[in-house]
Amino acid sequence: MNHNIYVYIFIMFAVTYLIRVLPLTLIRKEIQSKTIRSFLYYVPYVTLAVMTFPAILDATASTWSALAALAVGILLAWLGKSLFTVAVISCAVVFVLELFLVR
Amino acid sequence: MKSRENKYFYLKGIKMGIPIGLGYFAVSFTLGISAGNAGMTAGQAMLASFLVNASAGEYAGFTVIAANSGYIEMVIMELIANARYLLMSCSLSQKLKEETGLLHRLLVGFDVTDEIFGVAISVPEKLNPFYNYGMMTVAIPGWSIGTYLGVVMGNILPTSVVSALSVALYGMFIAIIIPPARKSRIIAGLVTISMAASFLFTKLPVVSGLSPGIRTIILTVVIAGGAAILFPIKEEQHES
Repeated sequence: MNHNIYVYIFIMFAVTYLIRVLPLTLIRKEIQSKTIRSFLYYVPYVTLAVMTFPAILDATASTWSALAALAVGILLAWLGKSLFTVAVISCAVVFVLELFLVR
Repeated sequence: MKSRENKYFYLKGIKMGIPIGLGYFAVSFTLGISAGNAGMTAGQAMLASFLVNASAGEYAGFTVIAANSGYIEMVIMELIANARYLLMSCSLSQKLKEETGLLHRLLVGFDVTDEIFGVAISVPEKLNPFYNYGMMTVAIPGWSIGTYLGVVMGNILPTSVVSALSVALYGMFIAIIIPPARKSRIIAGLVTISMAASFLFTKLPVVSGLSPGIRTIILTVVIAGGAAILFPIKEEQHES
């Protein structure tokens, strides 16, 4: 079955917007359930970690350059470098390494 | 004067929005490459970026589009990938003055991102919505135009450049998850377990046959759910 791209985009928009706007408009008090709050607190870390690895290994022309970018990215983030710096230097690592690794 | 204060915060927001917008431009460029690979046109990708304003959410959405998966899967993917914004918006709702009108709440909610949330939440007292509008004025065009150019130029650029840019998004994800992991051993453990489990899920029989989106959903619910039960957060972690 083929899906309409604009329906996909609308779903992306509607779901994301509702997630953002419902708490701002409806909930004036904090969520009381400790378990739900804990779950919501942990969700981004788990989701982003799952989406990063091992997918990053297939993102570039060479697995080794991706692995190096991952290691350098983790180190820089650990040292507290900004999101922009981490992203740009990860790219630079891949670019430089692939000058040698990929022919 | 109220309007003078609004103008002050709007201009301040624009100033804070410039580095955010530049960063978004670079990252959304690679997002555009993903969109192009998923078969979207530059206009469609730009529309998605203008409306959604979420890196992980859009990336996840584009994988659903690339796989031609069902609409329900898209709904669940977006819920999972953007669940953190629910938490951020809860926090922001405490930051707005109680008398803040509905229209302001609807507009602020349009662009709650990791970066804008981070800046907005750091103002000492109550949040003036015009501070957010200033940031949005720069951030949204940076994000949308970057995505557009990513689709258009992703195919013109040399493969070495595209290959290098493809890790920008992952670099950004790393920059979001690692600093809190340094502060909390629980999060550090969770990140490690998540990556290991995700790797296993691509290798093991049965689960490796599931779509990447479904694997992400299962792993997130199980791991974050387990952590919520085993390690409920302390109160102060929630106060921003």
